[in-house]
Amino acid sequence: MKNLNLASIAGLMALVLAPVFISFTVNAADKAEINTVATLRDHTEIDEQKVPNRIPKVVNKDIKQARNYPMQPPLIPHTIRSYEVNKNNNKCMSCHSRQRTEESQAPMVSVTHFMNRDGNFLAEISPRRYFCNQCHVTQLDAKPLVENTFIDMHSLMKQKISSDKEH
Amino acid sequence: MKNLLMIGWKTIRKPSGYYSLGALVIGGFIAGIIFWGGFNTALEITNTEEFCISCHEMENNVYEELKTTIHFSNRSGVRATCPDCHVPHNWTDKIARKMKASKEVWGAIFGTINTREKFLVHRKRLAQNEWERLKANDSLECRNCHNFDYMDFTEQSERASKQHSGALATGEKTCIDCHKGIAHQLPDMKGVEGW
Repeated sequence: MKNLNLASIAGLMALVLAPVFISFTVNAADKAEINTVATLRDHTEIDEQKVPNRIPKVVNKDIKQARNYPMQPPLIPHTIRSYEVNKNNNKCMSCHSRQRTEESQAPMVSVTHFMNRDGNFLAEISPRRYFCNQCHVTQLDAKPLVENTFIDMHSLMKQKISSDKEH
Repeated sequence: MKNLLMIGWKTIRKPSGYYSLGALVIGGFIAGIIFWGGFNTALEITNTEEFCISCHEMENNVYEELKTTIHFSNRSGVRATCPDCHVPHNWTDKIARKMKASKEVWGAIFGTINTREKFLVHRKRLAQNEWERLKANDSLECRNCHNFDYMDFTEQSERASKQHSGALATGEKTCIDCHKGIAHQLPDMKGVEGW
């Protein structure tokens, strides 16, 4: 009787604990799966400090890059380290403002930047367009973390034309 | 008072009746070395960054701003300290600047810029002083390190080499004309040429 009792207790224990063990192993597997998503931390365990990646260089070639769509704010093709854009100054405007472009030979800010929200033109760039970095950014000389699936409109149209011809 | 001065004057004028000429000459010579050495040592102490930022006005404002710039931390580890840019290296110019700095001692005593707000109010005036000085001496303090003759334009970005081989080479412009705010934040630049 006593033996039987022990056996039954052991059996019960096994039944109760099995899901717990299984869940442990499943959790570990899940974590490994989750960690396959590309992040800045990569596969670093949560309790480890990752050795930081090298900081990529800002592209400083002064060569205009094509826009991916017509409304895209042009990219900044030079470094802007320690450029101040604040209440007191706008360093960008010391080259790109209308008055300064003759000397600097930099492209002038687009005329849309002089418009207020009602479409009226102001004498100076509109306050809502003052903070250049809200839209215009530099590019880094780095490998993208995730693949970009953006397709240019022209490529799309070409695809459509060619597929129409086939059918 | 007048009598006291006369006694002093007579003592200086009187020939030495006790000390030998040798003792006076050699003693004077040694005292001269000690005095001159002491003077220069004191001058050099006031020419260090530790001295500059011993005033909180300098440490909490301009020094904090400098820390974020390339003149503080960069790839090669060469850095500019306060006196490298703000005190002329040439002796006579240095003494002239040190004499002018006595006004800064006055400012420190009476707390002209002892808060950030006060500092910002005075910032434009203070910056203009420095721009004027650098403009007048053709950015000498920049050129103490950045020698035009040894600039390799091919190593510079296209824009930089164009500016440096053009306006800078002809002497039409000097460093400070374009590189304002390179080591500290800028004041309100309204009305400043080139902004």
